[in-house]
Order: sequence, then C-alpha cells, then structure tokens
Amino acid sequence: MSSTFAIILTGILVAAACASLGCFLILRRMAMLADAISHAILPGLVAGYFIAQGPSLLAGFFGAALAGLITVGLVELLKNTQRVGGESAIGIVFPAMFALGTFLVSKYYADVHLDADAVLYGNIEFVGFDHWYLGETDLGPQSLWIMGGLCLINFIFITLFYKELKLATFDAGLAATLGFSPILIHYGLMAVVSITTVGAFTAVGAILVVALMIVPAATAYLLTDRLPWMIGLAIGAGAIAAVLGFGLAFMLNGSVAGAIATITGVEFGLALLFSPKQGLVARAQRLARQRIQFAADTLLVHLLQHEGSPEAANESTISHLQSELQWNNKFAQRVLDLAQRRSLVRCQGQQLELTTSGRERSQQVLQLGRG
Amino acid sequence: MNTDAKPLAIHDLTVAYQDKPVLWDIDLSVPSGVLAAIVGPNGAGKSTLIKATLGLMPIAAGTVQMFGQPYAKARQMVGYVPQRSSVDWDFPTNALDVVLMGTYGQLGWIKRPSKADREWALHCLEQVAMADFAQRQISQLSGGQQQRVFLARALAQRAQLYLMDEPFVGVDAVTERAIISLLQQLRSDGKTVICVHHDLDSAPEYFDWVALLNVRMIAAGPMKTTWTPENISQTYGGRTQNLIRGAA
Repeated sequence: MSSTFAIILTGILVAAACASLGCFLILRRMAMLADAISHAILPGLVAGYFIAQGPSLLAGFFGAALAGLITVGLVELLKNTQRVGGESAIGIVFPAMFALGTFLVSKYYADVHLDADAVLYGNIEFVGFDHWYLGETDLGPQSLWIMGGLCLINFIFITLFYKELKLATFDAGLAATLGFSPILIHYGLMAVVSITTVGAFTAVGAILVVALMIVPAATAYLLTDRLPWMIGLAIGAGAIAAVLGFGLAFMLNGSVAGAIATITGVEFGLALLFSPKQGLVARAQRLARQRIQFAADTLLVHLLQHEGSPEAANESTISHLQSELQWNNKFAQRVLDLAQRRSLVRCQGQQLELTTSGRERSQQVLQLGRG
Repeated sequence: MNTDAKPLAIHDLTVAYQDKPVLWDIDLSVPSGVLAAIVGPNGAGKSTLIKATLGLMPIAAGTVQMFGQPYAKARQMVGYVPQRSSVDWDFPTNALDVVLMGTYGQLGWIKRPSKADREWALHCLEQVAMADFAQRQISQLSGGQQQRVFLARALAQRAQLYLMDEPFVGVDAVTERAIISLLQQLRSDGKTVICVHHDLDSAPEYFDWVALLNVRMIAAGPMKTTWTPENISQTYGGRTQNLIRGAA
C-alpha cells in the first residue's frame, strides 16, 4: 500500500469516525465539551503509559477514556455547585487537565516521542511508515487499523443505540420517564468520543480532532432536516475534506492535518451561504421576494382605496407610486411586473386599475390584516 | 397490578432546591377516571410536582405510587407530556418520528420500532388531526400543532395515567378545543388525566377534579366541592377577586 493512499484513507476514516459522533454533539449543544475532552485526555494517556510502563495502545485508550469521563464528571460537578456557569466550568476543567498532562509528559516522557507538538498537531504524514506486524507478516499501517476499528465501534454504537441517542438528545425528560437513563447515554457517548479522540489525535492532533468532530456535523445540520441524512452528510463532508485537504497540502507542501481542517471550515462557509433552505443567500432571496409580494399587496390596497373616487385618476398612476409611495423606479417596476404577471392590475397608459381578481385579492389582504 | 389502587397516590412529598422547599409535605390521591387540574399561582410548584412524581427531580422526603407501585415499575402505564418549550424544535426530525418516540418505552433498549409501531404512531397523529403533517419537519409546525404532536406522542405510550405540563400554553383557540375534547375522550375511555393548568376561568369548565397547590396542598377533590372561593383565595393569597368567575 502506498504511503499516499494510507494517509488519505486514514484521513477519511478519522473524518468518518469523528463526524458521525459530532452530529450528536452538535444537536446536544456540546461542541465545547468535545474541545475539552480532546485536551483533557492527555493526562489519562500518560497515566495509561505509566501503568503499562511504556507506550501501550490499550493502556492509552483506557486511560484516555477514563480521563474523558472524569472531565465530563468534573464539569457536571462544577456546574452543580452553581458557582460557575456552564461554559466557564468547561473552560476551567480542561486547561487544568491539559496542563497536568503536559507536566506529566515533560516529567516522565521527555525522551519519548509523546511530545506536545505531536499531541496538538498530530503527524498524519507519517502514518504510512508505522506498520503493524503479526510475526513476520506485514499487516499494514497501524493507524489504519486503529481508525478502522474506531469507525467500526462508532458505527456499531450509533446503530445499536440510535433510538436512545435520538430520544435522549431531543427530549431527555421523556427518555428518563421511559426508563432510558439520559445520564448513562450521556456518559456512554462521552466515552466513545474520548476513545475516538485518542485514536484520531495521533493522526491529526488534538485540535484538529475537534474540527473534524464539530465542523462537518455543523455543515450537515445546515443542509438537511433529517437526522440520518445529517449523519451521512457529515461523514461525506468530513471525507471530502480529508481528500481535498491532502491534495491542498501536497500542492502547497504544508501540513496535511491543517489543510484538512481548513477545508472543513470552507465547507461550512459554503453551506452557510448556499444551503438551499437555511443558507444566507436563500434567506436573502426569500426576504426580497416577500418584500416585493408585500409591496404588490400594498399597491392593490392603495388602488382599492381610491377606486371610483374623484382623485383616482391622480392616485392611480405609475408616477404616483414613485412620488407618494416612495418607491424608486426600479422597485416600482418590479412590483408592477409581479402584479401584472398575476393579472391583478391592468395598465391603461399611465393609469393603473384593479382587475377582478386583483380586487378580490386586495379585499382578502384587508381581511387578513384585520384578523 | 393492583387494579383497586389509585392511579396516583402521593404521601408526605417534600421537594427542595438546596434548603428552599418548593413543595411541602404534599398528600394527594387522584381517583381513577377523572380529568384533574393542578392549579396554583406562579412558583406554586405545579410543574415540580409532576416532575418529582416522574422521578425527574430528587425527592427530599415522601413517597409516590402509581397504581400501587413505585414509578419505576409503573412506567408503562404512565404517559407524560412535558412543556412544549422544554425541547429544541429545530431538531432534525419530523412529526411522525416524534410520535414514534412514545413507543420506545415498550420497545426497551436497542430494539427498533416496527412497521406496526409506525402505523400506531400515525393512528395517534390522526387522533389529534395531524396525520397530514406526519412528514413535516417539526420546526415548521405552529405552536398548537407542536402541542398536538406532543399529545399524540403521549397517546402512543398507550398509558392509563397521563401527566401533562401546561398543555394549553401558547396554543390557539381551535387547538385548545381539540385538546380538551381529546382529554375528555381519554377520560370516557377510563383513563386518568392530570394537567398542570394556570387559567382559573377555564379550569372549572374543562376539569372535573382539582388540586389547589401553593407549595402546600391547599385542597384537592371533585371540582364541585373543592372549587370554592375560600379555597381559591387561600391558594392565591387573597389576590384573586378579579380572577374567579366559575367558583361556586
């Protein structure tokens, strides 16, 4: 297997493992907690290595999962004292945990490759070189196995507990009354987030794990209003970011992990602007359309008010719209186009008059306004 | 199950935030087949009573039994309608899926809802006249429609006792009518319905049983004998002269 392919495949697996869980973090409004866990697992990792007396994968996972849960527990505890608000509680716990981890690393593992840079930025560039062997047999890059395994774990977790995760996220109160402990589900999710973070951060680093957990899920949330689609789109957005990010890094000779995370940000920006339903552009168009429609109704009501009265000849001219209704030429023209297209208004030279359906519509509008 | 046991029996229930009591020594026994209102001023602990009953809040003292059993054993018989504002309606799902959540309790862990569960959920939506909105994203429903979806979800629980937290808040007059006739239908089917309610005007018209609450239980019993000016004014601390019309 070529090293390039190993890097891209690792990136895709990391993205898929992170983004799928990220959907639930976004819906539970816990993006910051993912950030906290990604930093706070460090002391657990070191403690795991310490107990195993050397860098051991299993001990690392176990320690990190435990540290993740301790972080979540401490945050809850701090919140419950009601002396510290929610976000501040997270802000207090994770730097403390991370600092403890950094200290432990410098004290006991100054000579091992577990240095702060690797923790923060990862080194996905090297995944192709670190192979696993079974006796003499080359099993391929280690990180592929780890991330493949984590993807599988997350897939099984979400598939098995999809119903419970959805219920506890949407309505924790109902979940509790139906006998599905929301606390158990919360800690279960956090445990999976913790081990995913450990697996992923060797590849992309602690900071970028957060990017891959949160940003593709937030992007997907803008694009759909169905949870299964959201999970699928989040994984897709993450995977595309992994591929494009690698390409970008290769072209510019920069950090692969940095490029991947940057692409996730670009994806989010594009979704925010151009999402068909929730995008800013679609919203602006919708507002503009509503404005024209409202103006057309205003015109109908105006014509109705003066219909048949002596001043009608003066009030119902196109130039009057500009001078009295304070519409500029272009806007007045667009309103008039709309009204004529829907055959609500007839144009007799400069003179405007209501059609039969226009009169009905204007009476309806007046009724609605009163109702 | 003890069929003679009261749907809801609360003894000496005290609930507190730290050392501030929210509910003091509540005794309440609701008979079967009534449409009951829990009425009281803001901060009286009406919602807290429901939540504590369902184990959603820690109890400082006392016991709660439903059909003669602790709630943990009677779950399947109890339907719950939380306040509409307690959930995020931007959640990516549709009305049918929310109603389907009502069947989760009977399914238990891991098991997925079946086709029959889906049909049942749709039937529950029909009962609140919302079948046409089954596939509608929930954020695109009006307040009244969202409340109806919540009611349909409680119906999907196939319960004997329903606890509802302010089901009439923020709904239009049409929905209010639809909800009350649904509750009356439940009562005539032999179910027991208990609603937190804050509108003194409509209380005697809608309900046939009432619990007047203000941190302590002031009075509880059939509407006819309990809805008296003395009881109401004691509940509201004498601030109700203009509020009471239906009182006997």
